[in-house]
Amino acid sequence: MTSPATSARTPRTKQRLGDRIFSNSALTAGTLILAILAAVAGFLVLESVPALTTDPEEIDILNGQPFWSYVAPLVFGTLWASALALAMAIPVSIGIALFISHFAPRRIAQGLGYIVDLLAAVPSVVFGLWGGNVLAPAVQPLYTWLTQNLGWFPLFAPPASGTGRTILTAAIVLAVMVLPIITALSREVFLQTPVLHEEAALALGATRWEMIRTAVLPFARPGIISASMLGLGRALGETMAVAMVLSASGGITLAVLTPSNPGTIAANIALRFPEAFGLNTNLLIATGLILFAITLVVNMIARAIINRRKEFSGAN
Amino acid sequence: MTQLTADIRVDNPYSAGLLAKRTPWVILAGSVLVALVAFWLLSNAEGGGFNIVGALLVGALLYTVVIYVVSYLIEGSRKATDRLVTALVGGAFLLALLPLVSLVFTVVTNGSNRFDIEFFTHSMRNVVGAGGGAVHAIVGTVLMTLTAAVISVPIGLMTSIYLVEYGRGPLARAITFFVDVMTGIPSIVAGLFAYSVFAIFFGPGIKLGIAGAIALSVLMIPVVVRSSEDMLKLVPNELREAAYALGVPKWLTVVKVVLPTSIAGIMTGVMLAIARVIGETAPLLIAAGFTNNLNYNMVEGRMQSLPVMVYNQYVSQGTDPQAYLDRAWAGALTLILIVMVLNLAARIIAKVFAPKTGR
Repeated sequence: MTSPATSARTPRTKQRLGDRIFSNSALTAGTLILAILAAVAGFLVLESVPALTTDPEEIDILNGQPFWSYVAPLVFGTLWASALALAMAIPVSIGIALFISHFAPRRIAQGLGYIVDLLAAVPSVVFGLWGGNVLAPAVQPLYTWLTQNLGWFPLFAPPASGTGRTILTAAIVLAVMVLPIITALSREVFLQTPVLHEEAALALGATRWEMIRTAVLPFARPGIISASMLGLGRALGETMAVAMVLSASGGITLAVLTPSNPGTIAANIALRFPEAFGLNTNLLIATGLILFAITLVVNMIARAIINRRKEFSGAN
Repeated sequence: MTQLTADIRVDNPYSAGLLAKRTPWVILAGSVLVALVAFWLLSNAEGGGFNIVGALLVGALLYTVVIYVVSYLIEGSRKATDRLVTALVGGAFLLALLPLVSLVFTVVTNGSNRFDIEFFTHSMRNVVGAGGGAVHAIVGTVLMTLTAAVISVPIGLMTSIYLVEYGRGPLARAITFFVDVMTGIPSIVAGLFAYSVFAIFFGPGIKLGIAGAIALSVLMIPVVVRSSEDMLKLVPNELREAAYALGVPKWLTVVKVVLPTSIAGIMTGVMLAIARVIGETAPLLIAAGFTNNLNYNMVEGRMQSLPVMVYNQYVSQGTDPQAYLDRAWAGALTLILIVMVLNLAARIIAKVFAPKTGR
């Protein structure tokens, strides 16, 4: 701002009514967004308090067990399914992003990007339908084979599920769903790599892969991390695909091919909510609040990484 | 000099010790062929069906191994690693195509069974078993999505105007940050929020179309803000400065100069945001419930939507499961078509209404 002495001399801009109305309504809309986010948190807390304060005996779904021992397997299932999904999606997404940004011929690269983006446009309920009716029967024989031949490995412990609707199948569907998000973001970061770095590596005699390893990947690492975190946020909150694919029976287990799988918070809400009444509704909203908190933390970390990177990217 | 080079029997000294350009393609065709033949023999011997996906996967794997070994022997380890990575990266792309192709194929083949006139002229009222349609669901989807758009487009657009034209300092930074965070809200949490709001004011167990619309707008607002913010930022500052120099007030500059210049991009963003929320299932299941009846009233009674109908037909299959599954697939096909049309329309709008560049 200018000092008072100079501002006294400069003619003051005329305050028009239209200007004031317009800028105030813009400000109101902006603040409204903060208010909505606060309201989401506030109303969820308000509605979940009754479930946390009343005696567990009075809530049918809990069946007498305390709140936290009901939530623990769900939290575990949510994290476990998302972790499996990311373990599959991250390497493939980085591969696709590299293929589009550095390997495919320039002319068709953009078209290939659109094809991957198409995956993001498919509604989750269609993924659920496909996962339950097509994918699960298709992978079931593979699961049987894995439990018979690699059953000593803790993840593949027998018995194999007869329907194929295990947590691994749900994780595969989740992986397909987060794939376009991670791919799109990492592709963007790969394309931002300073061309001079790439050309310097090539001029020193590096092969294409050596150029990528020494110039592109180090530059893109924070971007890949934050893209994966955003994918994690999506996987944690995904509801329908899991609800329609996974046959959950509760309990905490690391085996991914058995008929007894932990459920996830979001899928559990979707399956139970339509029939829930009274305090059961409050209980489900309380689990939703926990999911909200988890995704909020994940997203905030991801955004913080992206924002920090923005400040440095100008220097490169 | 000419005497010396003539003695060396190499056709092209630059390609010595390297694989020929077409060698990788020959190896690829060869390994796929080998895998296909092996699977064909295996399916003949064991009497099982011919697994074409498995054959292609094995062929790709075979190619990766063969190209690595061949390149290692002829070109050395560095080139071999490069070729291995190229094969893996290309394979990753093909792997991602697999679910897309399978999904589109099954949705189209299964969905066309019931993709008929009855599906678009009847509701599910009093329908048990075969027959019935999705009119009630399509009406609900259109009503709720439009209401959500009416709520979120003004809020989102004004917020992006605030961020680009007015916002400075901590408040603008906070809004930008929380808009980003808001994009990550799980859709089911948005549904629970809308339900909670109405449950607190109107008593528990209430499910309304308007609640579904509010849940959708919570998901839609951040998408609109982000896309229109990017579009407003693209408007060159010279245009604004020219308007100010002519004495145009700031708000008129925004309305008459900035918005018309970026309207194509903003409309594209809105269409894409609609395409994103139109497929949302979980929030509508929670906030708007499900019904078999046609309901035009947003503020009274439950309201069905297309995604929720697909889900419902899938989970509660009656005595004739195939009829329910057929309806679910037809609903899925309709949904995908709607999303595709919206995406296509968004691109066309972006092309047609794009501001004329150049002078």
